[in-house]
Amino acid sequence: MREARKVNLASERWVKAVIEVLFYGGAVFIALLAGGLVMAAAGVSPLEAYRLIWDGAVGDAGSVKETLVKATPLLFAGLCYTFAYRCGLFNIGAEGQIYIGAMTGTMAALYVPGLPGYAHLPLCIVAGAVGGALWAGIAGALKIFKGASEIINTIMLNYVGIYLVSYMVTGPMKDPSGTLPQSARLPESALLAKLFDSRLHYGFVLAVVLAIILYVVLNRTVWGYEIRSVGFNKQATKVMGIPVNRNLLLVMLVSGAIAGIGGFVEIAGVQNRLFQNFSPGYGYDGIAVALVGGAHPLGNIGSAILFGGLRSGANAMQRMTGTSTSLVYVIQATIIVLVVCNRYWFGGWKRQLIAWLVNRYGSRRLPEELQTAHSASEVKISFNKGEEAR
Amino acid sequence: MNEEVIVSFLASAIRLSVPLLLAALGILFMSRSGILNIGMEGMVLIGALSGVVGAYYFDSAPAGVLLAILVTGLVGLLFGFLVITTGADQVVIGTALNLFGLGLTTVFGRSLLGMGQEAVQVKGIPSVPIPLLSDIPYIGDALFNQNVLAYVSYLLVPAAAFIFYKTNWGLQVRSVGENPLAADTLGVRVHRIRYICCLIGGMLAGVAGCSLSLGILNQFTENMVAGRGFIALSAVIFGKWTPLGTMGASLLFGGADALQLRFQSFGIKIPYQFMLMFPYLLTMVALAWFSGKSKQPAATAASYKSLADRSS
Repeated sequence: MREARKVNLASERWVKAVIEVLFYGGAVFIALLAGGLVMAAAGVSPLEAYRLIWDGAVGDAGSVKETLVKATPLLFAGLCYTFAYRCGLFNIGAEGQIYIGAMTGTMAALYVPGLPGYAHLPLCIVAGAVGGALWAGIAGALKIFKGASEIINTIMLNYVGIYLVSYMVTGPMKDPSGTLPQSARLPESALLAKLFDSRLHYGFVLAVVLAIILYVVLNRTVWGYEIRSVGFNKQATKVMGIPVNRNLLLVMLVSGAIAGIGGFVEIAGVQNRLFQNFSPGYGYDGIAVALVGGAHPLGNIGSAILFGGLRSGANAMQRMTGTSTSLVYVIQATIIVLVVCNRYWFGGWKRQLIAWLVNRYGSRRLPEELQTAHSASEVKISFNKGEEAR
Repeated sequence: MNEEVIVSFLASAIRLSVPLLLAALGILFMSRSGILNIGMEGMVLIGALSGVVGAYYFDSAPAGVLLAILVTGLVGLLFGFLVITTGADQVVIGTALNLFGLGLTTVFGRSLLGMGQEAVQVKGIPSVPIPLLSDIPYIGDALFNQNVLAYVSYLLVPAAAFIFYKTNWGLQVRSVGENPLAADTLGVRVHRIRYICCLIGGMLAGVAGCSLSLGILNQFTENMVAGRGFIALSAVIFGKWTPLGTMGASLLFGGADALQLRFQSFGIKIPYQFMLMFPYLLTMVALAWFSGKSKQPAATAASYKSLADRSS
């Protein structure tokens, strides 16, 4: 009896998961169509452009690696947004935290000489994390001590961070031996090793490991439970005796640290120098990554690779046709809108579909259950199951 | 400093304030009705491009302004549909709008107007000196030798103040921003008011974009708004969500921008990046300062389902 009930509930979860995946796939498809329309309006053949994007993203081993290179900062930024979001915070400031993390990491790389790689690189990564955490912590502290909106403050800090890095690389941190506004090249001991003899570096592995850690923290630890609880309902959480403000500040710090690491990884893995505008808006793209990843750390991995592919593919397309890579922004924006609005537009429709599917295909098990349900109490169990399903 | 330097500084301060002021007034209307618009950056970009496209294809700057107002008005309504009727998160939709604006204007800017050195130059909105007033020493030339959009922006400030504080509709807007449920029970059409505010905000974004593209540069360049949409948001916050305060903040931030350009050209050793940070830092200080004194409309960023739509 219990066995049958379990199976049926599992099948319902299964149906829900399939529907969700189909839905996200549909959203991506519609967004690609929208991008196609824009290309057609701009006088580029969408089919040709998408073929170039596809080839540029996954056409051969080299382009797959390039996709993963592009996915790395996106994954960090997505995780940064996801982690804060699960606690009910809007950290729109990944962009600024990426810049500051890159700056502090680069400082540790350039001004702490003479360390071997196994000590220097971790030190730099920690420095990047601390920089990002402090930057986000400003907004977090202003929120809990002053009640100031973290949304506005993280946006403001983005620009402050970008200008601060711009000042540092034209002034104090400028490479003394060059004329360009950029820092000196990072020493070998602070660089991330490359994978498979390509531009792909260990930063991608680090990002994936971080995603798994965050998944475990959020879903398998008491602290993660507290975080999600604060995200669901602050009042109720406070009543339960969980320190809301402390968690808000801690989550903001960790969220900033994630972006900060992402910033330094981009420097240590790809650019090798700090310079102005090294991030073409990865922080903002992170929001799209997080939303398409269902605000789930592991889902972020998939969506970061998707957007990384779009980006590296669009670079290839720009080289061939001259259509701007900014097209990717249109596709991203459309996906964001569809994913955010799906609950409102398709929520009822999806629930009906799930109910129908569960009835249609789950019902094959139901008669068996009913066959064994001789007593009224057992029939009642199956009634309860319906309750749970809702 | 001689008189010429001061006058030219004041003139450029005003010129740089006008786009900020127009965009900030748009945000103010939306904000007072309880809608947080962090997508202003994208809206202004779309306005700037539509203005140049209109001016280029109809060969007249006013036509460009009208096209921009039309396009961004529609964008405002779309934003309204997503956050009011659909009830989606305003922060996320605002971010999407920024990405959308940046992507669309870059792609279409290149295909319609060309890029770089070959970018299309259009006839801008000419400066019209106002007789007598423009002869006032120092401020006369700065304030009253500007283009029509600047004069429009001066007039919009008292107009907005009048609407908000002296008209029934303005009271309704403010009440919707503070407590939509209470307003709704008194028969105020919450959704309609928010839609109208989104429309006004969108249209003003179009004018702001034109004042950048047709008023200053006479062409469209990629990402030409360069954070001014966010500075406009800062101006609203720093101006304590009032029209007059918003104007003061816009002038201050526009002045800082003009000063930073002067510093760069005179080779003064204060790094210009710190001048560029100034609006954002000041806004953070102001936001922390105001907190707890309830200057911000209470219902900011909260979606509202009207009583009529709720199933009983």
